[in-house]
Amino acid sequence: MTEPTTDLPTYTARKPPNAETSEQLRARIPGWGADLDPADRPAVPRERFDPGTSGAHWEFPERQPEKWPRERSIEHAILTPVFGTSCPPKGLSGAIRKFSYRRYSEGRAAHWLLLVAADRVDAWESHLRSFASPRPDNPITQTGVLAEFTRHGIASRRGRRRADVVHQGLDPLIVAGPWLVAAGAVVVGTRALLRRARG
Amino acid sequence: MRAMVYRGPYKVRVEEKDVPPIEHPNDAIVKVSLAAICGSDLHLYHGLMPDTRVGMTFGHEFVGTVHEVGSSVRNLKPGDRVMVPFNIYCGSCFFCARGLYSNCHNVNPNATAVGGIYGYSHTSGGYDGGQAEYVRVPFADVGPAPIPDWMAEEDAVLLTDALATGYFGAQLGDIVEGDVVVVFGAGPVGLYAAKSAWLMGAGRVIVIDHLEYRLAKAREFAHAETYNFVEYDDIVVHLKKITGHLGADVAIDAVGAEADGNLLQHVTAAKLKLQGGSPIALNWAIDGVRKGGTISVMGAYGPIFSAVKFGDAMNKGLTLRMNQAPVKRQWPRLFEHVRNGYLKPSDIVTHRVPLEHIAEAYHMFSAKLDGCIKPLIVPSAG
Repeated sequence: MTEPTTDLPTYTARKPPNAETSEQLRARIPGWGADLDPADRPAVPRERFDPGTSGAHWEFPERQPEKWPRERSIEHAILTPVFGTSCPPKGLSGAIRKFSYRRYSEGRAAHWLLLVAADRVDAWESHLRSFASPRPDNPITQTGVLAEFTRHGIASRRGRRRADVVHQGLDPLIVAGPWLVAAGAVVVGTRALLRRARG
Repeated sequence: MRAMVYRGPYKVRVEEKDVPPIEHPNDAIVKVSLAAICGSDLHLYHGLMPDTRVGMTFGHEFVGTVHEVGSSVRNLKPGDRVMVPFNIYCGSCFFCARGLYSNCHNVNPNATAVGGIYGYSHTSGGYDGGQAEYVRVPFADVGPAPIPDWMAEEDAVLLTDALATGYFGAQLGDIVEGDVVVVFGAGPVGLYAAKSAWLMGAGRVIVIDHLEYRLAKAREFAHAETYNFVEYDDIVVHLKKITGHLGADVAIDAVGAEADGNLLQHVTAAKLKLQGGSPIALNWAIDGVRKGGTISVMGAYGPIFSAVKFGDAMNKGLTLRMNQAPVKRQWPRLFEHVRNGYLKPSDIVTHRVPLEHIAEAYHMFSAKLDGCIKPLIVPSAG
């Protein structure tokens, strides 16, 4: 009877050895082991109570003026003393956003799904608004698609077996699809109206 | 001023905007000299992050010169050259007082789960970012720091997020001497994480991606052993085979919400927005790491649920560690590593693009054209 054996250390107490020793790695890779001691790693321990070192010279910051009712998470007790002022909510998308913040906490899927829906509405509202402005949206320049010609679009993909090429064809559909659907709806609706008008 | 502006999914343009005003006594206004596009900006660009508003200026990696300061600013003055961490933070709340700068409670009214980030949707506080000629920098006495005289601007801009995050990713892996570390993703954060793993004493560093040119950079820049997951029927099985069927000791997810490798996961998350992110890399990390191992998550995910294989993580007794990097905590040590040549951040920069051409830069970075790894944006270059 032979002793049970295996070449795989995994099934024993041993750890599979690395191809190179620490000494070999130190000689080959600049800086190898410089931060071997966790004490040299800058965010260790994770929490270190040291309130005097951040540069803050306040216990609680002065409060930034609130120039319009600022939407906030209902998980916050107060409006934070400092906040961003980019893009105040407006239009239908703004109404959806304000409702989402007012009604649902961050813990609710409805909160985030409403915000994503508002983003899509915002894009539509903004595109339509741009057509009444001196600078309407331009899908050619704004998608940067001309980079396909200046940045080797074909050569970057051909023969590369890239996993993302499989679904990149969906991108134009995502960008142009809603416009094509809307244009189709307008055509169908107009034809129906014309047909009705003709009796 | 000229600024990048979001116009809806996959669409950006440059517009004329007002120079941002001082809105708080500790604000500074910084004239941007160099910015970058981060892989996580692509989540915004693709419409994946909730409450990304048309009209917002993106950009959380930037350096520049102080243009104006508020009345309570003590540490900066106009003319100072500064680097600005991507975190906006007050320095005094419960979390900041404990060093969790990326989790500040005083800067983001829109969400308690997220800190403040420049140009990163209203979910991150509604601040305009630095892909512009000027940017408002709140808490100027806390976040920004002078760029050391010896440091190149291209290195400084990469310290504001990408390098600090990559190093932090390795650090959260709790690497001990001889550990086998696998990094999913050979983008900027993955490359820096792989390089940093050696500093912490890794015995073997493996990088997995599907873009050959990035894997080549991982071999050259990060001295890593690389595998293209497209070439294997099952990359988890391959990972087991090359680690004696044990699995790696530490796995780092440096991919995040738009991971490729599983069409259903990618399309439901990145295209249809039905998940907060496509957790392919995270699931590979869970299955590819050894029992009792550690996973460090640096990839960014949205706040909606994602189909993560949590049962395997529990059954394997894994430790999952993650956070946005508290950038300024990393800086003193990283400055040393840059100065003594252990880390050369700008080695991964592939493109320098004028702000006026930012739409092409986004498309190139998003579609991975022209060997793009890290594009920088130059506001002053016409």
